[in-house]
Amino acid sequence: MRNFFRFIIRYHFLLLFLLLEIISFSFIFNYNQYHRNFYLSSSNKISGFFYEQFSSVVEYFRLRKTNEELLRENSELRNQLEKTDFLSTTATRFYIDSIGSQRYRYTPAKVINNSVNKHFNYLTLNKGADDGILPDMGVISSRGLVGVVLNTSDSYSTVISLLNTRLQISARLRDTGFFGSLGWEGLNYRYATLSGIPAHASPSVGDAVVTSGYSSIFPENILIGTIDEISINQGEGFYDIRVLLSVDFKQLQYVHVVKKTGAEEQRELEKLNEDD
Amino acid sequence: MINWLPRYLFNFVAFVLIQVLLLNNLQLSTFMNPYIYVLFIITLPFSTPRWLLLILGFITGLTLDIFMNTLGIHASATVFMAFLRPFVLSSFSPRDGYEPGTLPVPADYGFGWFFKYAAILVTTHHLFLFFVEAFSMADFFSILWKSILSALASLIFIFIAMLFARNKSGTL
Repeated sequence: MRNFFRFIIRYHFLLLFLLLEIISFSFIFNYNQYHRNFYLSSSNKISGFFYEQFSSVVEYFRLRKTNEELLRENSELRNQLEKTDFLSTTATRFYIDSIGSQRYRYTPAKVINNSVNKHFNYLTLNKGADDGILPDMGVISSRGLVGVVLNTSDSYSTVISLLNTRLQISARLRDTGFFGSLGWEGLNYRYATLSGIPAHASPSVGDAVVTSGYSSIFPENILIGTIDEISINQGEGFYDIRVLLSVDFKQLQYVHVVKKTGAEEQRELEKLNEDD
Repeated sequence: MINWLPRYLFNFVAFVLIQVLLLNNLQLSTFMNPYIYVLFIITLPFSTPRWLLLILGFITGLTLDIFMNTLGIHASATVFMAFLRPFVLSSFSPRDGYEPGTLPVPADYGFGWFFKYAAILVTTHHLFLFFVEAFSMADFFSILWKSILSALASLIFIFIAMLFARNKSGTL
């Protein structure tokens, strides 16, 4: 026993080093177990507080840009309104009950922390569980898809950015309807890669890529980006498509968190098939 | 030792906040991610017990991980750097050792010495960090390139930080 203690004392530096590395690597490997723990993520109170204070200073410098963006979104929404008015005069509309009619509910939120140049990029928002935000809700901006809520505390939430190599989104070509999986390669923050589009789909540069609507996270037809470059993956019969993202993540300031009413219902129902 | 405590507590908070609020928002390029929070470990007194170096390295790295949602990645790299520090210090030590009461800062041993010492630790930290982050050797050269560029950027920022550290203690 005495030899054992002597051994520990003699090599304490090396042993402690190995112990701490083992702890760190177990954090890394068990990422899926810990990443929902909000004490260990930037949605916790302390880091949320610092990020919020800092962003409230910085936002003054961007007011002009924010105004322009709001103006643009307003006119876009006004256009949509005209279209609906036109429809309502010609088509018969019937109302189901008020809960059933709105499938998605949007909550505005401010981005208080964001990055584009890391390998795993995350955003922190200034709204949390108190505002009805829950993990697995979608996040979009006026220009398109942003990410998925990962964690929430009472007043903050962390979002996996589309610019995170761990996020894959189910995406669809708007014109032809072929769908595939979209993810970020980890290098340029303007581009993502769409894979799984079959060789007979014949996509062309400039085509819009949108959300497929199959998941319970995003509404259908949310813009993700446009096709920038197409290359055929030899031997697999699928295209590798480089997509120019419609959201400029560097300029991101305000976003909407999407709650799909009935998302839990869809997930519960789909869970029944998982064992098959 | 107890006199150091408030000073290094201040250093810790200052370096972490400068890192997460300023440097992480610089967004220079995907290939240039400077991390100067390691300066906290680099400037600890010579007499810091070696086990304490490791513990402090772990706490610093984990704090950054929490701010950046990268659980474990910064912790492992900073612990590795803290582990190397005593060896690097002893290989760069002057002929009659480090004088008691001095610190591993430019004010005590000159910018030339400090940069040799800091460059080795910062570069190994960044190499370790970026390889663990990518977790494959698939794009070996792009990660190597990223580590070197980021280490250069970090050293430039460390140089600027040390210019502000006018007093001998090395605090900001």
